[in-house]
Amino acid sequence: MMDGGMVTTAQALVRFVGVQKTYDGEHLVVKNLDLDIKKGEFVTLLGPSGSGKTTTLMMLAGFEVPTHGDIYLADRPIKNMPPHKRDIGMVFQNYALFPHLTIEENVAFPLTVRKMPRSEVKERVRSALRMIKLENLAHRHPGQLSGGQQQRVALARALVFNPQLVLMDEPLGALDKRLREHMQLEIKQLHETMGITVVYVTHDQSEALTMSDRIAVFNDGIVQQIDKPDALYERPVNSFVANFIGENNVLSGTVENIEQGFCRVALASGGSVVAQAVNVAGAGAATALSVRPERISILTDGQAPDGMNALPAQVQDTIYLGDHALAVLKVAGNGEFMVKLPPGAHAGLSHGQSVSIGFRPEDCRALDPV
Amino acid sequence: MTAAFVAGADASSEVPLKRRLKRAERTRRLKALALILPLLLFLLFTFLGPIAGMLWRSVDDWEVRQVLPHTVAALADWDGKDVPGEPAFAALAGDIRTARDAGTVAIASKRLNYALNGFRTIMSGTARNLKALPEPGTAKDTLIGINPAWGERATWAAIKGASGPLTSFYLLGALDLTRNLDGAIVAAPEEQAIYRDVFGRTFTISLGVTVLCLILGFPVAYMLATLPTGQSNVLMIFVLLPFWTSLLVRTCAWIVVLQSEGIVNDSLRWIGLIDEPLRLIYNRFGVYVAMTHVLLPFMILPLYSSMRSISPAYMRAAASLGASPVTAFLRIYLPQTVPGIGAGSLLVFILAIGYYITPALVGGAADQMISYFIAFYTTETVNWGLASALGAVLLLATLLLAVVYGKLVHGQQVTGGMKN
Repeated sequence: MMDGGMVTTAQALVRFVGVQKTYDGEHLVVKNLDLDIKKGEFVTLLGPSGSGKTTTLMMLAGFEVPTHGDIYLADRPIKNMPPHKRDIGMVFQNYALFPHLTIEENVAFPLTVRKMPRSEVKERVRSALRMIKLENLAHRHPGQLSGGQQQRVALARALVFNPQLVLMDEPLGALDKRLREHMQLEIKQLHETMGITVVYVTHDQSEALTMSDRIAVFNDGIVQQIDKPDALYERPVNSFVANFIGENNVLSGTVENIEQGFCRVALASGGSVVAQAVNVAGAGAATALSVRPERISILTDGQAPDGMNALPAQVQDTIYLGDHALAVLKVAGNGEFMVKLPPGAHAGLSHGQSVSIGFRPEDCRALDPV
Repeated sequence: MTAAFVAGADASSEVPLKRRLKRAERTRRLKALALILPLLLFLLFTFLGPIAGMLWRSVDDWEVRQVLPHTVAALADWDGKDVPGEPAFAALAGDIRTARDAGTVAIASKRLNYALNGFRTIMSGTARNLKALPEPGTAKDTLIGINPAWGERATWAAIKGASGPLTSFYLLGALDLTRNLDGAIVAAPEEQAIYRDVFGRTFTISLGVTVLCLILGFPVAYMLATLPTGQSNVLMIFVLLPFWTSLLVRTCAWIVVLQSEGIVNDSLRWIGLIDEPLRLIYNRFGVYVAMTHVLLPFMILPLYSSMRSISPAYMRAAASLGASPVTAFLRIYLPQTVPGIGAGSLLVFILAIGYYITPALVGGAADQMISYFIAFYTTETVNWGLASALGAVLLLATLLLAVVYGKLVHGQQVTGGMKN
């Protein structure tokens, strides 16, 4: 939607221009999508279910036709091009490995439909299976493989014909957590070594943060923000993104004044803080403040350094998580205010204790009211 | 510690693990058996029993043995090279007298007539004219005097061939084979050799109906499997509707539709496409149409169930990998429907093989299938032996098909693997 995402037409491999999609003629599932994807980029479409991310992917793959707008692949409009002519590899949610073919035949399928000479097919399949380390299972059938192995075969099959673009539709959703994290790294490595362009759909934000060059956050048929993972986390442009990506503390209030990019916000429960004015309508407008848990410190002496916001808080609970600890506080009426502490620091806090918290105005973003 | 203990117990125990497992499972298995026992008994008495009885009747040869016991005994050592000697004639004369008094001559003469045309006349004439037992030593002349046929080797060979207790006569007959005077298996005389033709016709018609059902049923099943559930349920009713209608009604409906004054012919004449009514029924065409209609659901349902389990993701995956719709269909979709095609085809084919009423009603004389002849021999001529033999051959052919199909499906499962 804004910063970081702008590429020139010449560089873009995929361009969505004003794309809209409706299934029932009443509700737009995708509303006015403009999105450019560079060659060699790993772009993730992230959002809750029903946000339009999968529909966007299906339009790119050719299984759905945009109701309005155009899609360009390598500067050619592909709106009316059937899927099998698009030269796009796709990895499906449940892998969609052909059950009646062996692993080898599955991987060879895109090559044989292209009438490639047999010797070359053999060579390419062998190297693809070597890449996913499943050479010894070449003659098995998909049903005889574990979920992770099937996933790797699906990857190999989508990559073996060197498509100009690879789409992945929640490919790791069916795997357990450990395997999923392992596969995330494997896919990321494949992307880096082969230089392929990937469009990846997921609803798992940590997966998106781990793998992507850029993430497009979808909600309600609109790209809320498209940015690099760190920018998305550090500088969300609206409350939806701030809440959807990572842990977020919300304080609601009213803007009192705006000055040089910063605003003073009167909290609903009394008191006021200074925050970056990111997405506020102006003085007098309602706003939701967003502060990340790790940007907040518990003030031992109750005194905030100059220029830092300080608020009274009450300890509700402490949670020990091994590498760090969380304090759950009640701050300005919000009873689920999280503060991230170094391990062991929670020991001094007890339920009901009154403390003060402090955070810098730069770490507090005034966004649209929730 | 526990592991060591268990291992020790294993090594020292006298009863092997397998036996102990069996013992532990025995109660459960007995309970399960008790549950299916009523069905087993039912099947035994209504299905397996009659089939065994039919198979037995196809080789059983009791009539001559029972009616002419002394003749059978006297012919036991006959070499068949010449007309037998006096003792055989004397035994025959005695047997015929006894049979005449018991009223059982017809039983034997009917069986002997199968083997040698005209034997019925020989037997009844002899029985009628043999007023008293011939004097010892004159039996041969007396009998030949009554009917010169007794002086022919073929007459006696017929008795010898029918003297049981088991015979291959009916089974050979069902395959258009017979034994000549020397006992060698030869082709049956042309006017009797009809069954190979009938079997051939039965298999041709069944195969044709199966192919027609497949061609017509495949698109319907595909549509049923791909439409949204609501619409496919409505369509399914149309597929199932014939199931709920009597076979007889459906067959007769075709007579109404296809006869020369029927709907089709009237419409065609009204349009002006034809002047003379087409002959659409009481011929092979009518048999194909009616049987295909009746058997279509048996093709559609297995196809539908196999197609229903094919995820649309496969076709999408194939398209995304560069396969045109035709290629994707031929290489991805069609192979996955093979179990359904196999099941549906086998079902239709096996049902078609045994069809009786439909061809009898809408077919001509040259379109009758094997069941017609089985029914004919059981109800009209009461030739149980030949009816059973025809049934046995049909059963064997069907079993062979089922075995072949089982092998094919098994192979498919091994290569097909699980759906993901």
